[in-house]
Amino acid sequence: MKIFPFILLFVISCSKSISPVDSGFENQIMHIANGSEPQGLDPHIVTGVPEHRLITSLCEGLVITNPKGGPNLPGAAESWDISDDGLVYTFHLQPLAKWSNGEEVTAEDFVWSWMRILTPSLGSQYPDMLYYVKNAAAYHMGEINDFSLVGIKALNSKTLEITLEQPYSFFLKILSHYSTYAVPKNVVLAHGSIDDRNGAWTRPGNFVCNGPMQLKSWELNKSIVAEKNPYYWDAEKVTLNEMHFYPIVNESTEDRMFRAGQLHATYSVPQEKCPVYIKENNPNLRIDPYVGVYFYRINTQNPVLKDKRIRQALAYSIDREQIVKRVSQCGQSPADSFTPPGIDGYFPDTQIPFDPELAAQLLTEAGFPAGEGFPKLEILFNTQEGHRKIALAVQQMWQKYLGIEVELVNTDWKVYLSREMVGDFQISRAGWIGDYEDPNTFLDLMRPNRGNNKTGWENEKYDELIIKANAQSNQENRYAVLREAEKLLIDEMPVLPIYIYVRQFLLSTDVKGWDPNPTDTHHPKFITLER
Amino acid sequence: MLILILRRLLVAIPVLIIVASITFFLIRLAPGGPFDSEKVVSPQVLKNLNEVYNLNAPVSEQYFDYMVNALQGDFGPSFRYPGRSVSEMILTGLPVTLELAMYAVLFATILGLIAGITAAVRKNTFLDYFPMALAMLGICMPTFLLGPLLLLLFGIELELLPVSGWGDLPGDKILPAITLGAAYAAYIARLARGGMLETLNQDYIRTARAKGLPEFKVVLVHAVRGGLIPVIAFMGPAIAGLIGGSFVVETIFQIPGLGRFYVEAAFNRDYTMILGTTIFFSALIIFFNLLSDLTIALFNPQARSS
Amino acid sequence: MEASNSLWAESLYRLKQNKLAVISGFVLLFLIVLAVCAPLIAPHSYSYQNLELGAVSPNATYWLGTDTLGRDQLSRILYGARVSLLVGFVATAVALIIGVSWGIIAGFFGGRIDATMMRIVDVLYGLPFIIFIILLMVIFGRNIWLLFLAIGAVEWLTMARIVRGQVLTLRNQEFVLAAQALGIGNISLFFKHILPNILGTVAVYATLTIPQVMLLEAFLSFLGLGVQPPMSSWGTLIRYGVESMEEFPWMLIFPGLIFTITLFCLNFFGDGLRDALDPKSK
Repeated sequence: MKIFPFILLFVISCSKSISPVDSGFENQIMHIANGSEPQGLDPHIVTGVPEHRLITSLCEGLVITNPKGGPNLPGAAESWDISDDGLVYTFHLQPLAKWSNGEEVTAEDFVWSWMRILTPSLGSQYPDMLYYVKNAAAYHMGEINDFSLVGIKALNSKTLEITLEQPYSFFLKILSHYSTYAVPKNVVLAHGSIDDRNGAWTRPGNFVCNGPMQLKSWELNKSIVAEKNPYYWDAEKVTLNEMHFYPIVNESTEDRMFRAGQLHATYSVPQEKCPVYIKENNPNLRIDPYVGVYFYRINTQNPVLKDKRIRQALAYSIDREQIVKRVSQCGQSPADSFTPPGIDGYFPDTQIPFDPELAAQLLTEAGFPAGEGFPKLEILFNTQEGHRKIALAVQQMWQKYLGIEVELVNTDWKVYLSREMVGDFQISRAGWIGDYEDPNTFLDLMRPNRGNNKTGWENEKYDELIIKANAQSNQENRYAVLREAEKLLIDEMPVLPIYIYVRQFLLSTDVKGWDPNPTDTHHPKFITLER
Repeated sequence: MLILILRRLLVAIPVLIIVASITFFLIRLAPGGPFDSEKVVSPQVLKNLNEVYNLNAPVSEQYFDYMVNALQGDFGPSFRYPGRSVSEMILTGLPVTLELAMYAVLFATILGLIAGITAAVRKNTFLDYFPMALAMLGICMPTFLLGPLLLLLFGIELELLPVSGWGDLPGDKILPAITLGAAYAAYIARLARGGMLETLNQDYIRTARAKGLPEFKVVLVHAVRGGLIPVIAFMGPAIAGLIGGSFVVETIFQIPGLGRFYVEAAFNRDYTMILGTTIFFSALIIFFNLLSDLTIALFNPQARSS
Repeated sequence: MEASNSLWAESLYRLKQNKLAVISGFVLLFLIVLAVCAPLIAPHSYSYQNLELGAVSPNATYWLGTDTLGRDQLSRILYGARVSLLVGFVATAVALIIGVSWGIIAGFFGGRIDATMMRIVDVLYGLPFIIFIILLMVIFGRNIWLLFLAIGAVEWLTMARIVRGQVLTLRNQEFVLAAQALGIGNISLFFKHILPNILGTVAVYATLTIPQVMLLEAFLSFLGLGVQPPMSSWGTLIRYGVESMEEFPWMLIFPGLIFTITLFCLNFFGDGLRDALDPKSK
């Protein structure tokens, strides 16, 4: 008889409890896997993608990304005017815009915030996002000390005027990036100075911002909970009550959590699982477009690789079709250009042929018939299953079609970065995700003196083309010049584009309004849980 | 005895200082800095960042500053997570990891000792071969395999237990504890068996048997004392290793423990966090080693005199 | 000399009597031969990818199936044996040599020597392993000997502690004290009474270390030390096998199986050796 309570206890503890996804549907609580633990919530300090998702929920820029792609929608600014010469932008802030503590969002907050990110001693890593603004670079470099010379002004408490260095047509796109967001001046200063990286204002209880959600709790390495912000200007459109963000680095872990009904959305899909899900037509699998390119950097300072013909030979002997179909296997498309096609209506007209014969011929012309005498090449990559497989495939292709010997070198992330940075590599794998929706975020990368170029390739003609393009006020003309630059880049081949990224993840069918868009931005006010 | 303990605790301080000093210079020699990221920061920004964290100062000065602060219990701010101090992060992760380790050790010790002692007493019978074969399997089975296997079975197929979390859903602490403890249970079983066999052959055991003491008394009172010495010697570093090595289990089961901080800090080159966790783990190792040394002394009256 | 000869002969005889140990020994020998002869007997190339083929389950052409890049699993396991067995034995030997001598010296002499030596062990325990490996790699580049050194350098610590504990106990036992009272020199005391009594524990611990080391190798190759793709090792095969165990179970089962068989044989052989060497088992 005495055993009875134990049996009961056992049965109770083993009976299936209601899953978080089911209870989330009842209470409009969304559970989202969010990559690595966010470094922080200060929009002026953090840099990563997990932070991007959190901050776009908690804060709002002047404009927000259109969830279906296309022109930006009003955010903290209700409307804006652009002067005819494209230099002066006047933003009219939402009359109802408030911080999550109930205080009003003012134009002055934006001015002060931009001063903050441009303050050198803050050590922000994204100040160059604002370099398009008049004198912003000069202020950040310490060339001028008077912030009133920088092209941002509060005309009155709800009107903001921004003056650019040049009529950059993609400027509005940049404004949806979190580095341009405003932070609540009073709150930040209550917990530290303007350049205090370690101020406690981002802690739960202190954190104040102007987004559709507000911070409820934050347990390190466990979860961040955001709840509906009643002071949000468009609060009636927000139906989600809470969003739970889980920092999960391991793709298999999140995959299992999703299958056990603990998550509405995963961050990614394990590489081995993707083709399986595609084959079984899994209704939860989402493969969305993403502005990113997977490519190999070539160290053009290398005595052999400085020869353009060799770089072309390497490019033409990679069967990219095969790589996306058989190796990456998750809906990626082979890259024929450096810039992903279709980014804000820009379509490059370059081609990268897969032509082993031409490649072999180019190699012969460069003095290495059938790869004879060609020194051993090294492919550097950071340790990751996906990179390893692609490197293996490329290794075999180069060996097969060009007859050159290739060695794979994998290292941990930081060693990889530091070797790339000091040019201690021959070929290195790389990826680039656009910061905003404009080809400039890609093509600017390969200009000389750009820190992220890393290939040692410095082409003045290319530089001139980019400068020329950005001076065009007509988008069509601008794209025409950019296409010319792209052609030059693909002919010179300091980078070997391999595939165009996609965003692959699992999403519960309960989630509505999580629309595919190229920058993978999902504003909470468009998301609902429905069955 | 008390003096011995005091002396060992006192010696721990220079040991920790040496560990901290070596680590301090090691991490600065390792390639890659805390602020390197895929999107290269401009030299200007890097200079500012280094300025903020006092990394532009001569290394000797940085070292001196760090040590002075550390001795006062201030391990500085994390480089990776702005606004968080190292001490604060260790204190968040510690209770979770300790709890996990406690369950795992409990599981490992009970299972391991029962299996090991039984096997030694019933040498060359089924009760010896079966647990020992299982123990071998436990040692072969790395946590990164055992964890997912258990999860697939109990989490996904049978839907009995949650597949992740710590204290969020009922029963989510069972699988991580088993996964983390399994290999240690296997080790303990094998070491216990070996040590027991060794002791059961000793003269004093034979004497005890000859005196006509009941077998269970011979085993549990006399043989266990000597026979478990290898187990206890192993337990000290094992508990410390288990806490430090909980990284894999914490990752698989999504547990917010210290192991993840420790490993991620190394990969992120979060200098202060590496130092803080290293010092902390060293202290833990010293403590558990001392504990196991003391237990050996208690178990073995002969060794105490030394 | 004669006496010790007969002692070894007797041990050998006892080992031969233990059928399980003998069989295990032969299986191990067989595996070693397979590993050495891998280039001769492997049915396919270990590195050739057949992307069109992809992962296929075991069949007549590919006895153990292929991996996701269409590489022959059997050949990869055979080649992997070379790395894993070499790492397993050599690194464990390194760890044993350092650990056992360290533990014996500390335990035997005791006092200040013991205290200093064990504090050094404490320091080494404390250092961050990942950073240590990364530095080793940067300074010495990647090579297989570095791998042994790195693994040996961490694995000997626990060995040293265990051996020291054993020696400490033995040293105070009656038969040792009695021998000492009889005026037997340190060296012969050590060889006659201490060493034979710790061999058992050492043998057991060694068989426990080998699997650890083989798996550690897989982690080190994550850091870039150890085998580089396309070369394989059992550790890395199992690691990748875990990733795809639901879709392509054969990628986990076969490397796991051979790994387990090896460890069981090692274990039985180690136990047999222990029993054979034990001076008290007659």
